[in-house]
Amino acid sequence: MKGTSGTAAPAKPPAEKGAGQQPPPKFLELIPPDLGIDFVGLSPRMLLLSSIFILMGLASMFYRGGFNYGIDFAGGTLVQVRFPQSTSITDIRGALEGEDLRGVSVQDVGKDSREFQIRVQAEASEATIESANKVKKGLQAKFGEGSYDVLRVEEVGPKVGKQLWRDASLSILFATLIMGAYIAIRFDFRYGIAAAAALVHDVLITLGAISLWNIEFDLTTVAALLTIVGFSVNDTVIISDRIRETMKTRRKEPFATIINIALNETLSRTVINSGTAIIVTAALFFLGGSVVHSFAFALLVGFIIGTYSSIFVSTPIVLWLEGRRAKRA
Amino acid sequence: MGSVEGRAIFFIGLIIASLVVITPTFTEVPPWWPWKAPMRLGLDLQGGTHLLYQVEIDQAIDNTVERISRDIERELRDANVGAFTVDRTGRTLNIKLANRDKRGEVRRLLEDRFTNLSLSESSGSDAADLTLELKPAEVLRIRQGAVEQALDIMRNRIDQFGVAEPTLQAQGDDQIVVQLPGIQDPGRAKELIGRTALLEFRLLAEGPQAGTIQAPGAGVVVMPGQGDAGGRTQYLVEKRPIMTGEVITDARVQPGSATEGMAVDFVLDARGAKLFGDATTEHVKRRLAIVLDGYVQSAPEIREPITGGRGQITGRFNFTEAQDLANVLRNGALPAPLKLLEERTVGPSLGKDSIRQGSLSFLVGSLAVVAFMIFYYRGGGIIADLALIMNVLLLLGAFAAFGFTLTMPGIAGIVLTVGMAVDANVLILERVREELRLGKSARASIEAGYDRAWSAILDSNVTTFLSGLILFQFGSGPIRGFAVTLCLGILTTIASAVFATRVVYDWRASRRRLLTVSV
Repeated sequence: MKGTSGTAAPAKPPAEKGAGQQPPPKFLELIPPDLGIDFVGLSPRMLLLSSIFILMGLASMFYRGGFNYGIDFAGGTLVQVRFPQSTSITDIRGALEGEDLRGVSVQDVGKDSREFQIRVQAEASEATIESANKVKKGLQAKFGEGSYDVLRVEEVGPKVGKQLWRDASLSILFATLIMGAYIAIRFDFRYGIAAAAALVHDVLITLGAISLWNIEFDLTTVAALLTIVGFSVNDTVIISDRIRETMKTRRKEPFATIINIALNETLSRTVINSGTAIIVTAALFFLGGSVVHSFAFALLVGFIIGTYSSIFVSTPIVLWLEGRRAKRA
Repeated sequence: MGSVEGRAIFFIGLIIASLVVITPTFTEVPPWWPWKAPMRLGLDLQGGTHLLYQVEIDQAIDNTVERISRDIERELRDANVGAFTVDRTGRTLNIKLANRDKRGEVRRLLEDRFTNLSLSESSGSDAADLTLELKPAEVLRIRQGAVEQALDIMRNRIDQFGVAEPTLQAQGDDQIVVQLPGIQDPGRAKELIGRTALLEFRLLAEGPQAGTIQAPGAGVVVMPGQGDAGGRTQYLVEKRPIMTGEVITDARVQPGSATEGMAVDFVLDARGAKLFGDATTEHVKRRLAIVLDGYVQSAPEIREPITGGRGQITGRFNFTEAQDLANVLRNGALPAPLKLLEERTVGPSLGKDSIRQGSLSFLVGSLAVVAFMIFYYRGGGIIADLALIMNVLLLLGAFAAFGFTLTMPGIAGIVLTVGMAVDANVLILERVREELRLGKSARASIEAGYDRAWSAILDSNVTTFLSGLILFQFGSGPIRGFAVTLCLGILTTIASAVFATRVVYDWRASRRRLLTVSV
């Protein structure tokens, strides 16, 4: 694959009179449009990198036997409490020992050992959900009523989780197909396939990261995945739009060169746009608290991977599909 | 597009309207203020309880068939067709007649009276002479009606329980979501809402055919009494109830005797009064079990006929128990039992934490984006930042004006909108720069920048909007709040980042012959 210089040289002379007297405009540029990076040439190496990421994620999912499901999916009970002073996990565990509870885990979620999440596995039977009362009873007996603050109590029966799991997978699959179809209609069938493939890539890598870092997988994770699907395809749209435009102005260039020009010209916008989205997501991740923690994590990974994949995954696929078509013709 | 002035007035009007509707959320407003309602906060922000119930619809269908079998028995007894039996197996009723010659007559009678049943005559078999089943259309009607009916009854119960602004909603085919703001200890509410409250009056079985607890006789069932699971009295009661709670029109708490605790008095409708009067006249001196959801509350002796259409239930209730029992009796039994699938309670302090943390992430994230835009695009960045502020105002304004519920994921959605909204400006400004590089004039560059970036902006927002719609379809509660924010944010972004910024450039162009632009 041959690299090209992606200089955006003017195709036409200045259109308006008097413009020639003005000095050439100077802008503050982090990424100049004529950087001339050979994206197409880099893509095989990036494909390898993507494969490694995906395999690492899959390996982690197999090794851990899935995800660290929150009670939205796994069913069970969550009690989040806050103490006025730091308290040890051992003390809390001790408080719950007397109660008949299955698979209790206690996790410190604050910064100063005051806030804890207590989880209890779902009852084997689909009988009533009563574990939260037992947890409260145990805590009350040990620490005394009112000496701590119950922040939230959630109990989910095992049946809800199964239904959610089905709905969640279906909606992510559906979203991916819709995005692919939209791109196929707006541009071309090949762009649609490439966009959908890039989305599958993004979702897989994000899921892998969630598993690797052992981040809780809950309802907000699904919301994040769907947002990633919608966001990641943005860059693909912008780049495809530019490829189409460049094809019109530079008919004689090979397709690989056109792709490189389009990617270089849109690189600044791609980086800035993803940059601002990543800034706000980072703010959510670091400052947003425990409720949006797993949500912000998934978004952060997904936005970074989504930007990367628009450049290094979807566009090479378009090129590859184009090459196959040219060979057949 | 209208004139510059017209568009400017339109956007300024939108900003003012947004400010007016969101002010009550953040501060106290004077009495003349045209908008009073603060923004609605989700349970995750204001604290409260969320319950998800499943209506066991199959049970509702079984109950209907059971009730029909009782009606059929009564009809046949009145019609003098000789001895007969009616048995229910699942949703099928089998009728056996002693005098099989009456089959045609019975068939005509039933077809006439029970139009919702399909009837078949089985000639040779020993099992039944006539077999009846609910028509498929009737089954469908019960399925659809059960959730609706349960919702109504639950709503009435909650209203009388006294919760500020509860919400009840059907979800999916057979689920009901109940949201109770401000309720931290849902124990009593759960008991009240989720209870089936099926009240039955059954005679205690007597004599040799009653059998024993271990081996009850034909037409007799064993039912547990109140008390601990270990020390419960078991009762032998007749399988066919005299009547059920649907005939009750009113129920009130009455102070009972010192040993009995509180009692609940009830009033029957005309049909109930007649049934109750006839039964108590016929069975004086026998004991009458008052059964609630399968547990015998009490089984007093019938001392004399009760014809006034009034009665009393006792069972060592304390005041709140009696109050809740009166409530459920007044509002009637649910058409089917409910199963609690999910229960979430958020305390008020977590909600406050979430609001604080959400606002902090919003401020830090927004400031970073705003600073970057000014640093990178100078004048164009300032205009984009003004558009961003307008964007957030419009978004909050839409929440307040249309009564959408703000949740924690919703706040995250607002933060995210800030990060994604500038994309439209970045696309335009990058394009303007390119045109300037080609040596075009400022005005032509701006013109071309907006025109050429438009299709890309539209496409990229449509995709995010579509995923927001899919998310809305998938999610419930807080997640829906996020989906709403995401979609609304896209609309306000297009309005502010594309159309409103354009007004600024057009206005400047209309005032000066030669426009300079700082991007």
